[in-house]
Amino acid sequence: MQHSAAAQQLTPEGWLPPPPLPHHYDDHVSHANAVRFGMWLFLGTEVLLFAGIFTGYFTFRAYFPEAFDQAARHLSIVLGTLNTFLLLTSSLTVALAHHNAERGKNRNAFWLLAVSVMMGGGFLVIKGFEYHEKFVEHALPGKFFNFSEITAPGGPVFYVVYFFATGLHALHVIVGMSLLTWVAVRAWRKEFSPTYYAPVENAGLYWHLVDLVWIFLYPLLYLV
Amino acid sequence: MNELLRQMLFLPEQASTFALDVDHLHYFVILVTTFASVAVGLVAIAFFWKYRQRRPNQATPMVNPTAGFEVAVITIPLAIFLLWFFIGFRDFVKLASPPPDAMDVYVMGKQWMWKFAYPEGPSSVGVLHVPANRPVRLLITSRDVIHSVFIPAFRVKQDAQPGRYTETWFTATIPGRYQLLCTEYCGAQHSKMWGEVVVMAPEAFDEWIKEQQRGLVTRQDVLADEDQVNPQGDLAEMGKRVAVEQGCLRCHSVNDAVYGTEQHIGPTWVDLYQRPTKLDNGTEIIADEAYLTESMMDPNAKIVAGYTAVMPSYQGKLSGPETAAVVEYIKSLRSDRVRQASVKGPLYEPVR
Amino acid sequence: MSQSASPAQVATAPAGAQPEFPKKHYLNDGTTIRSWLLTVDHKRIAIMYLVGTTLGLLLGGIFAMVIRLELLTPGPTIIEALTYNRMFTLHGLVMIFLFMIPAIPGVFGNFFLPIMLGAKDVAFPKWNLTSYYVYLAGASLMLWGLITGGADTGWTFYTPYSTTTTTNIAPVMLGVFVIGFSSILTGLNFIVTIHTLRAPGVTWFKMPLFVWAIYGTSIIQVLATPVIGLTTLLVAAEHTFGFGFFDPARGGDPILFQHLFWFYSHPAVYIMVLPAMGVISEAICAFSRKNIFGYQMIAMSSLGIAFVGFFAWGHHLFTSGQSAFDAGAFAAISMLVGVFTAIKVFNWVGTLYKGAITFTAPFAYICGFLFFLVFGGMTGVALATVSLDVHWQDTYFVVAHFHFIMVGAVIMGFLTALHYWFPKMFGRKYPENWALLAAGLIVLGFNATFIPQFLLGNAGMPRRYYEYPERFTALNVASTAGASLLAFGFIIIAIYLAIALFNGEVAGRNPWGSRGYEWDTPSPPPTENFDHPVDHTRIPHDYTDTEDVATVSHAT
Repeated sequence: MQHSAAAQQLTPEGWLPPPPLPHHYDDHVSHANAVRFGMWLFLGTEVLLFAGIFTGYFTFRAYFPEAFDQAARHLSIVLGTLNTFLLLTSSLTVALAHHNAERGKNRNAFWLLAVSVMMGGGFLVIKGFEYHEKFVEHALPGKFFNFSEITAPGGPVFYVVYFFATGLHALHVIVGMSLLTWVAVRAWRKEFSPTYYAPVENAGLYWHLVDLVWIFLYPLLYLV
Repeated sequence: MNELLRQMLFLPEQASTFALDVDHLHYFVILVTTFASVAVGLVAIAFFWKYRQRRPNQATPMVNPTAGFEVAVITIPLAIFLLWFFIGFRDFVKLASPPPDAMDVYVMGKQWMWKFAYPEGPSSVGVLHVPANRPVRLLITSRDVIHSVFIPAFRVKQDAQPGRYTETWFTATIPGRYQLLCTEYCGAQHSKMWGEVVVMAPEAFDEWIKEQQRGLVTRQDVLADEDQVNPQGDLAEMGKRVAVEQGCLRCHSVNDAVYGTEQHIGPTWVDLYQRPTKLDNGTEIIADEAYLTESMMDPNAKIVAGYTAVMPSYQGKLSGPETAAVVEYIKSLRSDRVRQASVKGPLYEPVR
Repeated sequence: MSQSASPAQVATAPAGAQPEFPKKHYLNDGTTIRSWLLTVDHKRIAIMYLVGTTLGLLLGGIFAMVIRLELLTPGPTIIEALTYNRMFTLHGLVMIFLFMIPAIPGVFGNFFLPIMLGAKDVAFPKWNLTSYYVYLAGASLMLWGLITGGADTGWTFYTPYSTTTTTNIAPVMLGVFVIGFSSILTGLNFIVTIHTLRAPGVTWFKMPLFVWAIYGTSIIQVLATPVIGLTTLLVAAEHTFGFGFFDPARGGDPILFQHLFWFYSHPAVYIMVLPAMGVISEAICAFSRKNIFGYQMIAMSSLGIAFVGFFAWGHHLFTSGQSAFDAGAFAAISMLVGVFTAIKVFNWVGTLYKGAITFTAPFAYICGFLFFLVFGGMTGVALATVSLDVHWQDTYFVVAHFHFIMVGAVIMGFLTALHYWFPKMFGRKYPENWALLAAGLIVLGFNATFIPQFLLGNAGMPRRYYEYPERFTALNVASTAGASLLAFGFIIIAIYLAIALFNGEVAGRNPWGSRGYEWDTPSPPPTENFDHPVDHTRIPHDYTDTEDVATVSHAT
């Protein structure tokens, strides 16, 4: 479905003609609808994946309320809020990129996507600092736990939940950044037009999910 | 009728009050199921014959169910299933609600044996004694992985979870011996993790438990059916065998009546467990499992006052389980002497 | 019938002439290895799934025979305890993840879904191919883990045993995780295909019932599989790093594992059985030459099973110490699922009424399916009756129940599909007499294998037992004898189908005279699925006018 920029000339409007339609679809609109629907279904599976870890969170929170409380107070609200800001803003830029791609404004879309990727990178850097701190403090999961500041029982379990949830999320951030980068490259090559912008939209949807999961993780881990 | 169906269905004997209720529901369910499947089968076979194809490319009318048919097909099975649900759930609630006057027994499963303990003191490995016609509540836990206590003759089962207590109860009705099996896969010897429940007439049970509390040497029950109990499961008996085979009894006595209380080459094992013991360096220790194990592995680490250091080390000669078995055997050797302190069992509230 | 059949079709195949094997079709359209390995044709992918899942079935069957041979005597027979424990783990994992879940959707769903909808391919052909390679990758990882010091936890890998056992858990868990992705991709593909690629005229309530069944299955695959994915990751992490999510010694909760595990694994059984039910809905119409009795009800009940099946998982935890209230709620919901199945059974039997039935091998499998589904399903309802389950939980009664459904219903469904659709997929007929013989052996062997196991469960024999008390010997020997018969039946099938692939009588477009949509194309179909525009205004399996129209090539 991809085309090399060199093989095709830009149309008068300034973008490449849309890629050839797969043989089993009638038109671009129905193809785009199908792809979008597929992405929504996939996001559904991601929601269920995280639902499992959230179940674990609520279960253990019910068992060890004090430990969860103490551990939460040792998480940096500043860094957490900064991360939330980064992700929320990057969701905005991604949405704007989609808006631009829909209108064939490929260069704008490229820059917006690049900014989103960098914000994602910033998120990961901050997460890295947080993790480093945990390692130093021995605030680690399971048998590696040795954090004297948490006196109530259940400390190790909190960190299992914390590392699994944020780790799984960080993995999804990396995947999202890769998707956005790939789409940004294609925007640089001016591949998107009013007829063909589905990749931007779908990569954007994925990024919105990544953001949404964080919106739930952040208050549950940092705020309450 | 009950007996006929029970045998046809290969069900074990009904040795508890719960078993009768369960089996009656079982018969109800199985008879309706058989009747329904036979009926459906006969109708189907009749259709095969009546509506066999008679001509090539035979056409058939378009037949669709009436709303009435669909309603019937939904409501009748649903009604039957819900009826079964109500009866079954009612019985289950009874099973989940032990009567307040039930006698408690603590059950602990560990790979791959069962230990039973009464709050008043006696404990045993592999064999559970209970009175007939009195409710007994089992408070069950596990030392390592999930096991499950299953007594087929009572139709009773409950998982043994590590880290918490679960409970179940029964009222046994017929005195006898019934097998207890582990029903949650727990590793290599899962299929040999058996126990036995001995149901005694109420008076016999009262006698038995008084005898246990008097601290007599625990009788190793001679079991009628060797198959029913894992020969490994009774650690104390294994320990006795090991002690004989390894020559421990050359220096340690196990029976006051024969040897009297005069000193032998090594300290006597009678009443040794938990006995405060003076060492030759003046300190006093309690002879617990750790001390007993260390004595076998490194006998010269602690010498009892008044004895010489002649005991060889058994490290490498005894395997882990064998060492534990000897310890259990020593624990089982109690004399007529009244126990010094009364042991109060811990109070556990089972997790519901 | 199909008015839009071109005159050329009618002319080249007058009534009574020998059917011709099509010159160009999906199997010879590109004969290099590369054309197969990089294919995006859903039919070729289906064949590759057939190869993969058949190998899985073979492996799982070998492990089953080892188990049954071991259980011939109460004590050790041919292998030792640790090997036996690994054997039943292997049997369960391989059968479920390498065969039961992918087989009918991966083979027949892939092959027939687009054709039945009048589409040229599934929505995302490249993701379809990817799903197959992901399946192979996951299967390889899982098998490698199982062979190199493999898991001995049982397929349900309950914690804390699975997180503390010394055997090699992590690769097995990761293998399951990867295979899960294959399942999700397939389901996703099918859902989008059904929503977006139906040909004009194929409305929701004109779709073949097999499509409805696949739709329900795909919904479950997409929603439930991620949970097992997460669970396997958690178990692998805990086993490798000692995390303590499920270990009480570190504050964890083993019951949480059971809830997470069964949240997927209960709907998983509907992933296995719904496609088989879909096959039966198609085949029973074809072999009784009759429209389905109650199309809407069967279609809706597929969705009903998918939906309600998500809320019934707690019936696996009746003896785990959960509250009586929970137990009751889950039991009541489980009863509902039973009702949906009952609807289907009565409607299928109703389809026979006023039909024109031919007793072929697929029909023999349909009969087996019906009997086993009713009996297996009812024992499922019986198990859901809480007080009865206390006695039966973790005994051979449960084993018999799920084998009645998984082998008795699903594998009968698979064999029905294989025989019904063999001519369509390969253009040749299989030998009917051998097929009937094999069907008889399988139904007989199946009964002989698993009915003794119900009785063993009644008598109190727990599952996963390497050695057992002597009083259970007779029933175990009976079960093993039956298993041998069953194995023999499968071997016969494999042989005659393999021979028929190359030497079978040419089938022609529609040897069964079926009115299912898929019979409108040649056998085997061309790569683009159709050789002429197909009329989709009629409903599938409408046999009201088959004798009034001049014989066309459809009714060979």
